[in-house]
Amino acid sequence: MTAERANPSGELRNAQEVEVNVRHHQEHDAAGNSKFGFIAFLLSESVIFLSFFAGYIVYKTTTPDWYPSGVTGLETREPFINTLVLVSSSFVIYVAERYLHDKKLWGFRLFLLVTMAMGSYFLFGQAMEWRSLPFGYQSGLFGGTFFLLTGFHGLHVLTGILLQTLMLGRSFMPGNYDNGFFGVEATSLFWHFVDVIWIVLYTLIYVWQ
Amino acid sequence: MTNISIEAPETVRGQPYPGAPDNWRRFFTFSTDHKVIGIQYIVTSFFFFLIGGTFSMIMRGELITPDADLVDRTVYNALFTMHGSVMLFLWTFPVLVGLGNYLVPLMIGARDMAFPRLNAVSFWMIPVVGVLMLSSFLVPGGPSQSGWWAYPPVSLQNPTGNLINGQVLWILAVAVSGVSSIMGGVNFVTTIFRMRAPGMTWFRTPAFVWSVLAAQLIQLYGLPALTGGAVMLLLDITIGTSFFAPERGGNPVLYQHFFWFYSHPAVYVMVLPAFGIFSEVLPVHARKPLFGYRVIAASSILITVVSGSVWVHHMFASATPSWMRILFMVTSMLVAIPSGIKVFGWVATIWGGKIRFTTPMLFALGGISNWLFAGITGIFLASVPIDIHVNNTYFVVGHFHYVLYGAIVMGIYAAIYHWFPKMTGRMYYEGLGKLHFALTYLGTALTFLPMHPAGLMGLPRRVASYDLEFAYWNVIASIGGFLLGLSTLPFILNMVSSWIRGEKVGNNPWRAYGLEWLTSSPPTVENFEELPIVVSGPYGYGRSRPLVGNIPNPGLTEFPESLTQQKS
Repeated sequence: MTAERANPSGELRNAQEVEVNVRHHQEHDAAGNSKFGFIAFLLSESVIFLSFFAGYIVYKTTTPDWYPSGVTGLETREPFINTLVLVSSSFVIYVAERYLHDKKLWGFRLFLLVTMAMGSYFLFGQAMEWRSLPFGYQSGLFGGTFFLLTGFHGLHVLTGILLQTLMLGRSFMPGNYDNGFFGVEATSLFWHFVDVIWIVLYTLIYVWQ
Repeated sequence: MTNISIEAPETVRGQPYPGAPDNWRRFFTFSTDHKVIGIQYIVTSFFFFLIGGTFSMIMRGELITPDADLVDRTVYNALFTMHGSVMLFLWTFPVLVGLGNYLVPLMIGARDMAFPRLNAVSFWMIPVVGVLMLSSFLVPGGPSQSGWWAYPPVSLQNPTGNLINGQVLWILAVAVSGVSSIMGGVNFVTTIFRMRAPGMTWFRTPAFVWSVLAAQLIQLYGLPALTGGAVMLLLDITIGTSFFAPERGGNPVLYQHFFWFYSHPAVYVMVLPAFGIFSEVLPVHARKPLFGYRVIAASSILITVVSGSVWVHHMFASATPSWMRILFMVTSMLVAIPSGIKVFGWVATIWGGKIRFTTPMLFALGGISNWLFAGITGIFLASVPIDIHVNNTYFVVGHFHYVLYGAIVMGIYAAIYHWFPKMTGRMYYEGLGKLHFALTYLGTALTFLPMHPAGLMGLPRRVASYDLEFAYWNVIASIGGFLLGLSTLPFILNMVSSWIRGEKVGNNPWRAYGLEWLTSSPPTVENFEELPIVVSGPYGYGRSRPLVGNIPNPGLTEFPESLTQQKS
């Protein structure tokens, strides 16, 4: 067979350079793939919230009797403290991640624990607020959307705390985070995501009354 | 002619799984090999295709006479609901995911998908969806009767009062299918973005891969909206919230927005891979490069973008304000531009080519002709005055069956025949394939063409009985429906017998130009002995340029006549 390869020298050399770069990229960057995939997943997940937000806006602007009888609005003071706690926990988990990056495991554990405590405080505050409310999820569209949005977000906060617990546990396995820590990065990204969603949610439900 | 040998190197590797079918058991294991998963998807969904087809034939049997006599009206409602749901969630989506699963890593020169285990989990959710969906026949009250779109307030009715009723099972099935699709979407998008072989730039990536990417991007941005709507519907049914319940102050039209925001783009999730298949099959069997490859590739992404803003055309009759109608009429008609670009590209591809009428080529050409027809009736339906006239009639049913059966199922068949030698290393029987094509094409026209005049005359969809004046068209459609049922028999016979005893035809029987044909047929685990380094674009027919730089690879030789005239 007359193996005629078009411009063998030039194209092949080019190709080999490309190969060295890309193969390295492809076969040793599984964590990069995971990160890319996780971000794609989070973007997709955010559309669920976006559709809930869109539904909330439509309901709020078109419903004649928005508040159930006896309700005039939502208390904003305690939810605001809650918001501050949740948003600042995003910075705390970032510090934890930096500690892990510098291979300082105890700093990582400490700040991760603080994040978990702040997340738990948020959930506790949410539960307290739910208990004190004079309406339920069957109280018209206002009650339904309120519990849908806060409940669905609360589930995400709970998931975030569970993920953090998992990461904390894994830090006690010897050498677990020596070769990269995609799990921690994903947990952290997820936590930031949950925070950003909450800021939009807080604006929609509590600020816009 | 100084053409290069086209035979892929016969590599002998210590592979755990030699070729099919001597090792058929691996298809029943939790395998993470994308090729095994692909075939698992295809075979499983074909099984559900037969179930969904059985439902439709019972319905066509009912409609052969004007009276509701074969099945009870409630049974008929359950049948059309289950027919639509099974065909979409358990056949068309998964079979295309299966083809994508099998082909995308091979076509981009990757060893597997980006997340092989996630891939396997996505597949094993499909049987769960099937069990949930079909088990609703066993609960009191039977399956959901609200159609595949489950509009409230119909879907909020719960006459039995049970928590586990047909509608709830339907929502759960759709939710599991949604989780599977999202995981699949993440997997495909990551694979296509990050796992392409060295040197495979975007405009060296085959059109099929582009179309799968475009389709999976729609899954990622669209499906969550349906999930949101389904969660709210489920809460309305189970715990008594009032999102969509009008008697409790809810807004049922909002559900329609959530539903169609995903479910219209979902049509493109299904039709884009079929477009990709046409773009792959035509150049091989016409021996010409794909005409306007870059434009065809980019038009897939254009469809993804436009499809996000067309959904309200399903709701022209849902008290939609007129400014919205006009806006969405225009955006819906815009979809005709990228689709038209593709059709022109395909026609120009085969123009002056050395066309070989093999079975995959016939199915591809048949699919394109049906797509053209479906696209034209689609323009009718996007136009507000016509849509209001034919809303909820058989005209709509005829239109979308031309899309789904005429174009998409034909594309799927084309793909299965075209890549059958790739998947098995054996050739199918050409005679049976041609018989299958003739029955399918005739059956499609007989079943779905009469629905258009019947719909224009005013025959409403989803009814078990009708006025005598519609009997003529309905009888023809029923005969066509049974013909379509019959048409699967030569296909099944062909696939089973060819897989077991078909002629062994080597690695690249079509003399096709593409990475997937560079490796052995069936491909080994991890696909390539050595990762290919791509040095030129796809569809290099008649150009005598190597495709990859580091392994012996195809130039092009004449297409052997013997392959088109096989003894069967």
